[in-house]
Amino acid sequence: MTTTTTPVVRKPVAWGRIALHVGCLAALLVMLYPLAWLLATSLKPADEVIASLDLLPSRLEWSNYSTALDGVNDVSIWRLLSNSLLIAGGAVLGNVISCSLAAYAFARLRFRFRGPLFAFMIATIMLPHHAVLIPQYIIFNQLGLVNTYWPLILPKFLATEAFFVFLIVQFMRGLPRELEEAARIDGCGPFRSFFKVVLPLTRPALITTAIFTFIWTWNDFFTQLIYLFDPDKFTLTLALRSFVDASSTSAFGPMFAMSVIALLPIVLFFLAFQRLLVEGMASSGLKG
Amino acid sequence: MTTTDIPAPAARKPAATAAPKRRLKRESQGPAWVFLSPWVLGAIVLTLLPMAVSLYLSFTDYDLFSPPRWVGLRNYVQMFTEDPRYWRSVLTTLTYVVIAVPLQLALALVVALALKPMRRGKGFYRSAFYAPSLLGASMSIALVWRAVFNDGGTVDNLLGTGGWVNKPGWALLAVALLTVWQFGAPMVIFLAGLQQIPGELYEAAAVDGAGKWRQFLSVTVPMLSPVLFFNLVLQTIQAFQVFTPAFAIGAGKGGPADSTLVYTLYLYDRGFVASHMGYASAMAWVLLIVIGGVTAVLFRTSRSWVFYASEGDR
Repeated sequence: MTTTTTPVVRKPVAWGRIALHVGCLAALLVMLYPLAWLLATSLKPADEVIASLDLLPSRLEWSNYSTALDGVNDVSIWRLLSNSLLIAGGAVLGNVISCSLAAYAFARLRFRFRGPLFAFMIATIMLPHHAVLIPQYIIFNQLGLVNTYWPLILPKFLATEAFFVFLIVQFMRGLPRELEEAARIDGCGPFRSFFKVVLPLTRPALITTAIFTFIWTWNDFFTQLIYLFDPDKFTLTLALRSFVDASSTSAFGPMFAMSVIALLPIVLFFLAFQRLLVEGMASSGLKG
Repeated sequence: MTTTDIPAPAARKPAATAAPKRRLKRESQGPAWVFLSPWVLGAIVLTLLPMAVSLYLSFTDYDLFSPPRWVGLRNYVQMFTEDPRYWRSVLTTLTYVVIAVPLQLALALVVALALKPMRRGKGFYRSAFYAPSLLGASMSIALVWRAVFNDGGTVDNLLGTGGWVNKPGWALLAVALLTVWQFGAPMVIFLAGLQQIPGELYEAAAVDGAGKWRQFLSVTVPMLSPVLFFNLVLQTIQAFQVFTPAFAIGAGKGGPADSTLVYTLYLYDRGFVASHMGYASAMAWVLLIVIGGVTAVLFRTSRSWVFYASEGDR
């Protein structure tokens, strides 16, 4: 590590460093522009949305937000919000429970066909969702569950998101085996040692799973689009869909106010857990 | 699992030493299957069975209401020879993949290389550049994108392009740029990979007289190649399945003039709008095969350029 012993005399070298920071900040400004634009537009009066070139509104039009709170298609935003929360919450619960159970078996227990089954599990990470989509839809349709939340939540309880099984397996493999062996000697079966020893230690991986599941489910559009048609059952994401066809600028303010509200949970999650999210990403290679 | 009790004849030989081990193994089987049961159920009912069913349906005419009617290869023939919109969607998707993935990975690598030597602010930049990867998948940002790239939007004002969203030749580029904007996820993985490279390698290269560029080519690139490969496979697979931004920017129909009609959007249109579930199933299977094929090709070519450090020990 010879690089740390920089002589005090050579101060001007810092120019390269400053240039780097300036470059990074400039890149950041460009990248964050769409977010600033969203926030500004959500507060603009209707006549300024397109006509004005200024990013900042001349006066803050809070009525955009009160219009957004009324919701879309006569469904209030609270209804949409609680629908979104219900689905995301159910998905989080399902993924955390089912993926940690499967991960424990793959990481720690021995059973026949473990190798091939593990390989199959990894392969399903790459499987395009569309290959199973239509039959899944038909199954849920036959069960009379289309236009309910079951198709969106139930699969999560069956560990269908192999990403997270893999993430938790990787984490569990890093835990010292001695702890479990000690628990075994003390008379714990696999169930007690899972619940009392392994699961508490796996908490970081479970939290990562929970946060990513929440954000991905919240953002998910395709599955909600095909399974839900009752405006009453719409999520925030799906309600925003009704703005997709509309290109009239009069609805712009409320539409982007609603977009801000829909993004808010993700932004809050990100601010609260950014370290965890970035580390989880780096260690597992999960896509955001 | 009744077959477990009959050991294969060949396995009998080392019985004396293996017996206690095998008993232990069998002992722990039960609980393992209990832990695994949700996954097994999901794998069968929601993955394997649907794959088989969608393969079957791809040879039928099915509209959800009347029973499927066997039509043999009709769907495939129609897809490949009689449906210009199908080929349009294939071409659109390939164009999108070829634009978005390399640009996104290049940007991710450049930013990761810039952040690596940083002592201060690295954590801040890393998080800030990563944020769009989480937000960008949302409908909210897709709508922002459509407005910013629209006629009279910011990009039009800045570049005088007259709005990309309405121009058939340009709308797809707006979709691709939304993907490129989310370069933070691969960037974080690159950065983690860069930090794994031992500093001694650079020191040794410097002693041998290698300049910065030479060090990059001879140390960074080979050491980073497994991570590059990982990112390439993952982003390519994901790019083939792009939906939400194309849906939003193409006004839900892949417009203008089908220029943003990506594969999955056309699949959605055939299956869930036009109720041609058989046709959509055939499309899904072609997508599965293409993604499998592309992944296999990437793995095959990777042998010549991906360097695994542990191979040196052999």
